[in-house]
Amino acid sequence: MLSEKTIEELRGIVGGEHVHIGPAELVAYSYDATFQQHRPDVAVSPACTEEVVEVMKLAYREVIPVVARGASTGLAGGTIPVSGGILLNLARMNKVIEIDKDNAMAVVQAGVVTAQLQKEVEKVGLFYPPDPASLNQCTIGGNVACNAGGPRCLKYGVTRHYVLGLTVVLADGRVLRCGGKLMKNSTGYQLPQLFIGSEGTLGVVTEVILRLLPLPRVRSTATAFFSKLEDASRSVAAIIASGILPATLELMDNVCINASADYLSLDLPRDAQAMLILEQDGNDEAAVRKEVERMAEVVKAQGAFLVKVAATSKERDDLWKARRGLGPALGRLSPNRFAEDITVAPGRIPEMVHRLLEIGKEFGFQILVFGHAGDGNLHPSILFDNTKPGVMEQVEKAAEAIFDAALELGGTLSGEHGIGTLKREFMEDALGPVALSVMKDIKKALDPKGILNPQKVFPQRASRKGFIMALPTLGNDLPG
Amino acid sequence: MIRKFLSVEDDNLQSCIRCGLCLSVCPTYKETLAEEESPRGRIAIAKAFLEGYLEVTPDLVKHEYSCLLCEACTAICPAGVQMERLEVALRADVNGKRPQPFGERLSRAILYDRLLMDMSLFRFASGFIRVYQRSGLRRFARATGLLRAFGLHKLEGLLPPMRGSFVVPKGQRWLPRSGSPEYRVGLFTGCVMSTVYSSTTLATARVLAANGCEVIAVSGQGCCGSLHFHAADFEGARKLARRNIDAFLEQRVDFIILNSAGCGTLLKHYGELLGDDPDYKEEAAAFARKIKDVTEFLDGLNMNKELGGMNAIVTYQEPCHLSHTQGIRQAPRNLLRSIPGLKLVEMEESDVCCGSAGVYSITNPDMSRRLAMRKIRNALATGADTIASANPGCMLQLYAAVQETGAKLQIKHVVDLLDESYRVARPKEEVDICLAKKQ
Ligand SMILES: Cc1cc2nc3c(=O)[nH]c(=O)nc-3n(C[C@H](O)[C@H](O)[C@H](O)COP(=O)(O)OP(=O)(O)OC[C@H]3O[C@@H](n4cnc5c(N)ncnc54)[C@H](O)[C@@H]3O)c2cc1C
Ligand code: SF4
Ligand code: SF4
Repeated sequence: MLSEKTIEELRGIVGGEHVHIGPAELVAYSYDATFQQHRPDVAVSPACTEEVVEVMKLAYREVIPVVARGASTGLAGGTIPVSGGILLNLARMNKVIEIDKDNAMAVVQAGVVTAQLQKEVEKVGLFYPPDPASLNQCTIGGNVACNAGGPRCLKYGVTRHYVLGLTVVLADGRVLRCGGKLMKNSTGYQLPQLFIGSEGTLGVVTEVILRLLPLPRVRSTATAFFSKLEDASRSVAAIIASGILPATLELMDNVCINASADYLSLDLPRDAQAMLILEQDGNDEAAVRKEVERMAEVVKAQGAFLVKVAATSKERDDLWKARRGLGPALGRLSPNRFAEDITVAPGRIPEMVHRLLEIGKEFGFQILVFGHAGDGNLHPSILFDNTKPGVMEQVEKAAEAIFDAALELGGTLSGEHGIGTLKREFMEDALGPVALSVMKDIKKALDPKGILNPQKVFPQRASRKGFIMALPTLGNDLPG
Repeated sequence: MIRKFLSVEDDNLQSCIRCGLCLSVCPTYKETLAEEESPRGRIAIAKAFLEGYLEVTPDLVKHEYSCLLCEACTAICPAGVQMERLEVALRADVNGKRPQPFGERLSRAILYDRLLMDMSLFRFASGFIRVYQRSGLRRFARATGLLRAFGLHKLEGLLPPMRGSFVVPKGQRWLPRSGSPEYRVGLFTGCVMSTVYSSTTLATARVLAANGCEVIAVSGQGCCGSLHFHAADFEGARKLARRNIDAFLEQRVDFIILNSAGCGTLLKHYGELLGDDPDYKEEAAAFARKIKDVTEFLDGLNMNKELGGMNAIVTYQEPCHLSHTQGIRQAPRNLLRSIPGLKLVEMEESDVCCGSAGVYSITNPDMSRRLAMRKIRNALATGADTIASANPGCMLQLYAAVQETGAKLQIKHVVDLLDESYRVARPKEEVDICLAKKQ
């Protein structure tokens, strides 16, 4: 519990209406897009870097936990205030400060929604490629903090490839400005990179300088349908091997095809066991079309029974809408879903898919497979009903088996969602003791009092057992 | 505490997976950027309330009752969450356990329980306002601050001047100028559309007649009941529904056409509203199947192309109850584009609620006004001289906002513009011939 004096001080900093402290209000800041829930002691919505500085100074002095929050679309529990304290809602910091057309760069506040930035830069013929499926709601700050990716990242890279500079408020309230509006910069450590993927544990990002590209003039999208999942997963490597780097290469299994078709009443072959979404972009229409045709030939050779090229931009938009809504639409299929984010080398996708199906059989779950197959990042989803006795233990075991399989194949825990609370117990397995202890040293140096997003990213328990069940929900509001 | 109605919505609540997509379309979230003012926040609060982690606290009431029931979230939600159902159920459980603000008590006592239950009373009250508007009384009341003293000045500014006589549905008919009618349609006249906007309702009848319809203003019909429904007065809503069904039952019309998106949404759901009533279940479903918004109906026809040229730059404001709940987005635009000389310019956020939302402007005046101003800003940015809409709530709200800001914008129904265009194309006498032949 925070003292009334602290609350008053917060009101003084951000203004009374931006301090949220009613019991119902606190529930609204207790969750992200996983099942976890824990209420903060207070939520505050600052409008600018200066207000964040004042909040951090207060928190540092009083040793109060601070959790930064963009849109809380995270899939790892990163914004759950598991130790209570102050929840810092950055949604009001939503100004695009500058779009520098000549240098193809943008300066934005952390709370700018990714799609909002994309729309604004596209108006002047520029392009911000990272496109997490949550782009209509997630924030640039959250993207930076998780190093978000998306379908286009196969060709264009992930968030970290676009960050040129950051403004970060440190734990004690000092303002760190690192990087800058520069394409090249070898002056000292690459500090911006340190904060990318730090999930709010090292500082609060308040402003971001981003690199932009020229907007490709043409896009062409095709869908390929297979009667065997393996044929689709083999096609991924075959396309790359054919010398083409598609803009996107997305994989969906049969259940996912049906769920997306239902969501927007799309006309897709319902009995296909797998679908690939292939997209190419560029400036030369004929060249783009040729590459899509070439990809069509390659996937047909691998066993695709149908390849359709989207004829209108509406058809393409619907397809992407369906793909972006897929995660939530899967929610209609079963009471609970546990979604993973493992990544392997693209060439090992067929092996990984095979292992996933085996794990599903072993533990008696339906495991759905979809994801950014082109870059090796899959989102296997375990469907279950948590009201069945004993089911959570089995889900934990199946999830563990998935992590282990990915690590065995030389892959890793998370390709784009981050670690948060959900995967923290596996960090040593994934990174090894040396890397983990270097991370701990960095954390200590930047956050000596441990107030920034406590209990995230680093392992908290003696064993993996109970790594899901120990996570907080409203009924179990105690610090996890 | 009992959560009788909300517990029925348990599955609905559980289907939210908290992806946050709905944040991108919610008007109150766009304005506040506070999670408790978002659909996802409201759902989480309702769920915690249902599960007993929250009681009826002032902040719960504030953030749940600030929902406009605009259904933008429902329309976009990939997981199938239905906000209006959820919110109405929550309110049914919470009403009576919270202090009711004065504006809401007033509207409940006067509007829901009296005026909307009996159209002749509604017309009487509207007539009183009309007399007041025309007489010097209005200037007197304004000058003396009489309204301000009663806290009614905001309400007063909301109403546009009422022109012409009210449409009292008593079986009047309109016929095509020539040939035999292709359709026999019933005109649903509603409350506000038949009084404040009676000219639009007459225009609707004329436009339908010009498109091959025999139009009947069926007698015995009344208010649609959606204000009651949204205020969780289910019995009130059912009573009105039965009356409307009875009124139209004997007329054997092909379609029931209306020009009020808000009414249309509920009318299309009479089947569910009376699903538990063995006497009315089937008739209600049959009634609901005949309901067509006038824009939806006309856009589906091979329309009469004798449209005269106009000179107008129009931007279209999507009524939530047309786009989000009925999925009608293109029809009004197609109709506007069909008018020669009318230039349709799209505004940003056309489908973000204007803040009218039934009696929301009375119960939540601040948010309502913020949204109205947002709409006016977006409309002005297009350079349009007219905002076209298709719902009386939106039109009243935008009218009041234009009065307040002095913005140079006319507020019209899509059908008003179509009617104007037909009138330009035809000499006046001819137009009037097909009017009001009593049955
Ligand atoms: C339907 C759906 C689809 C998704 N698809 C993708 C996808 O394709 N690719 C992908 O990468 N992710 C995806 N995600 C996950 C999620 O959207 C991303 O992780 C996104 O980057 C989170 O952004 P946010 O603004 O919601 O951050 P939040 O969830 O608010 O925060 C995430 C983490 O970042 C920290 N953080 C947030 N803002 C700041 C800041 N300004 N400074 C410091 N730390 C901060 C938080 O403390 C937390 O640890 C998806 C999620 C959903 C629900
Ligand atoms: S879009 Fe639907 S599932 Fe997603 S947060 Fe909103 S209501 Fe929940
Ligand atoms: S109905 Fe409208 S106001 Fe209410 S939560 Fe949904 S989008 Fe927001």
